Amino acid sequence: MSVLAIVSLKNGQPTKGGLEAASYAAAYAQAQGVEAVALVAGPMQSDGGLGATGIVRVLHCATELSDSSQWARLADAASKECGASGVVLTHDHTGRAIGPRLAVRLQAGMVSGVTELPNAGAVRKNVFSGKAMADVEVSSNTVVYSVTPNAFGVRDGGGTAEVSAFSAEVGEARERVTGFDPASADGQTPLPEADLVVSAGRGLKGPENWGIVEDLAKALGATTACSRPVSDIGWRPHHEHVGQTGITIRPNLYIAAGISGAIQHLAGVNQSKVIVVINTDPEAPFFKAADYGIVGDAFEVLPRLTAAVKALDA
Amino acid sequence: MKILVCISQAPDTTSRIAFTDGGKTFDSTGVQYIVNPYDEWYALVRGIELKEAHGGTVTTITVGGAVCDPVIRKALAIGADDAVRVDAEPTDAMQTAELIASYAKNQAFDLILCGKETIDHNGSLVPAMVAEMLDWPFIALATHLEVEGIEASLKRESAGGTEHVKVNLPLVLSASKGMAEQRIPNMRGIMSARSKPLNVEQGEAAAMSSVRQFSLPPEKGACKIIPADQAEELIRLLREEAKAI
Ligand SMILES: Cc1cc2nc3c(=O)[nH]c(=O)nc-3n(C[C@H](O)[C@H](O)[C@H](O)COP(=O)(O)OP(=O)(O)OC[C@H]3O[C@@H](n4cnc5c(N)ncnc54)[C@H](O)[C@@H]3O)c2cc1C
Repeated sequence: MSVLAIVSLKNGQPTKGGLEAASYAAAYAQAQGVEAVALVAGPMQSDGGLGATGIVRVLHCATELSDSSQWARLADAASKECGASGVVLTHDHTGRAIGPRLAVRLQAGMVSGVTELPNAGAVRKNVFSGKAMADVEVSSNTVVYSVTPNAFGVRDGGGTAEVSAFSAEVGEARERVTGFDPASADGQTPLPEADLVVSAGRGLKGPENWGIVEDLAKALGATTACSRPVSDIGWRPHHEHVGQTGITIRPNLYIAAGISGAIQHLAGVNQSKVIVVINTDPEAPFFKAADYGIVGDAFEVLPRLTAAVKALDA
Repeated sequence: MKILVCISQAPDTTSRIAFTDGGKTFDSTGVQYIVNPYDEWYALVRGIELKEAHGGTVTTITVGGAVCDPVIRKALAIGADDAVRVDAEPTDAMQTAELIASYAKNQAFDLILCGKETIDHNGSLVPAMVAEMLDWPFIALATHLEVEGIEASLKRESAGGTEHVKVNLPLVLSASKGMAEQRIPNMRGIMSARSKPLNVEQGEAAAMSSVRQFSLPPEKGACKIIPADQAEELIRLLREEAKAI
């Protein structure tokens, strides 16, 4: 018996989300007294650091796969090979494409976006876009979970995993990848994985003013985000839109400047560990959801914060 | 082109979220239901645009009771041609997907468009499950879709950027922001929606998971206000007190 983690690779290394899935699988396997196994596809150096998360054995498929149907077949074969009673993925584009396909193949109940280890036969996930939590029970023998990015963290316990070559009949690829546009030229961490986020709203008044937001983000090593109207009007790209109808994030730190804190915005960010709000209006609803607040003009406050961050590191 | 759009109802985004029955049931008292925004703004509107460009039909499918009829009429008012409601109270995604896939199996659809997730359960599961049940290709988090002949060109959100993909029809996708712009139904749409067909089908499928208990997140403590001219103090607190940077 085992718990199997499906780990995505980027540039030959597990992604942060992949390491989180591996860490979750290892902890879940340990709680059940079974083996923790990981499946990767594509070129990877040694165990890719998966042993340190508690994974004991890595099934390594040398061929890179991007097709969800092929991935599901590979994962299906791997879970049979290691007798998996649980399969763990990341709740990102892979968990949304491969996980549900695999659940159908394994006839397993799937819970997506879990935030904690299962407890007394139920597993916790966020529902209503972060406004509530649900404890979900699965009735099938095998379970498939996808883990919310930044919820569980990466375990680093030292150790190395045994790597063995793995392959399976996965059928033909039906998706042909023809190009890739990076989200940002300067290599920001993708928003769902980011630990630090600097976000701004309509209070910034126009796209030409985003320099002060980007400066603070750069000084902190943070990723930039925005409110919905800002991306709707085209001041910022769509992938920066956070909230109930954008991306849901849970960074360590979320700094919001010139955002009022509408309920739909809060839904996507209220699980951030620390929230800082900068707003000229002391009555802005966002202050009720914040840990730290500055009642003031973002045009003055943001450059001051940037200078203070630079002074810290100087 | 024959297009199926999966439509779910969801509580209005301003709804107060509360539970009854010791946390077992969502309290729908006073809650307004809307078409799930991802289904409406992105999947449905793109389906209608493709039909306008290439000809064909847009059918919506909803798994749920008669309480869903108002949001189905809204989808018809926006421009779908007809609607199917599979009369069941689904417990989980597997069951919902099975009911949709069984309906779609013999209907020769070219495209099944879904929203990326519902804003109540946030599952993001039904679209790929339907694809697997039909053994069709699936594109998650699609932000762009063009169709030429039997070939679909798409963009999808992927780690750190946007991937361009080509796939042959038939295809299932889950739509994300960027796919289309919201459309407000006009008076003619609303009038004609009343007479468009809404067919009720029966179906049966098993669920594999269920919610045992809902709960609400803990309340935030009070917000610490720092004077605007002491922004440096905020940075110190973030490092020393909150240990966030
Ligand atoms: C179905 C639905 C879904 C939605 N989904 C989302 C979503 O996912 N994400 C989202 O963000 N919104 C969403 N919204 C929109 C949401 O209701 C709000 O309209 C939106 O979040 C407001 O954006 P904002 O805070 O940038 O702008 P505003 O509400 O206009 O707020 C601007 C704020 O900036 C402050 N300000 C002005 N000047 C300054 C200055 N110089 N310095 C500092 N502060 C200043 C003002 O006091 C104000 O509080 C949704 C709405 C609906 C109906």
